Amino acid sequence: MKWLLLSVVVASTVAGDLLQSFQMRAEAGDADHPPGIGRVLWLVFRRRYLLLSFLSMAISFFAFLALVQTEPLSFAVPASAASFILETILARILLGETVSPRRGIGVILVFAGILLIAK
Amino acid sequence: MSPTTSRRTVWLVVFVTLLKPFSNLFLAWGMRHFPSAVSLDPLFYLNALLDPLVVAGMAMQAVWLLARMSLLSVADLSYVLPVTAAGYGITTLLGRLVLHEQVSLARWTGAILISFGTGFAASTSRKTTIRKSR
Repeated sequence: MKWLLLSVVVASTVAGDLLQSFQMRAEAGDADHPPGIGRVLWLVFRRRYLLLSFLSMAISFFAFLALVQTEPLSFAVPASAASFILETILARILLGETVSPRRGIGVILVFAGILLIAK
Repeated sequence: MSPTTSRRTVWLVVFVTLLKPFSNLFLAWGMRHFPSAVSLDPLFYLNALLDPLVVAGMAMQAVWLLARMSLLSVADLSYVLPVTAAGYGITTLLGRLVLHEQVSLARWTGAILISFGTGFAASTSRKTTIRKSR
């Protein structure tokens, strides 16, 4: 059961993050100043990708609640970070981000940490 | 982090990194007040939402989500993910110190590796794509 819950957490987190990143970058353009929380909240109700991302996050949240109820927090949280690898690959493919070797090493170290924690 | 990164962005990274582990702590703490069996009944979770610790954890998660969305407008997803991963190490620490969870040597090593990964990613350019504003 814990692996099923973990899979739901990871899949819905990946979908939510990709949608958020896509929409927020589209809003910001080449601006270098992050918007305030009020402005972000305003956008949430006006951009369908952000609404969809919130739906994904809600699924992730409730699956996570079920997970931490039976598994230690020190397992549930880092193990759900398996989404890192998937999101990094999809950010490169779908969002056109450049993943430099240094950033790649960082992601691999994070992944290695996840493997150790989930062991 | 890039030298051109604004002070507001730096504070936002720190805020997003620290808020998540504390919200997780409150959620896990609150959920300990309920039976330790997975329930498929939605009413069970709605009932859990009435627990003050769970409510506090949820409020912190909501603020965290909006703050991270703000950060995603000025930084790559593949940058934000590993950089804010430092929170996982903090979560492990909080799980041990506050909830008295057993954390094995392997888990501590994992948390340390994640922190190193964060350091590597943080030294890269935070934004590699430019999109036109709507």
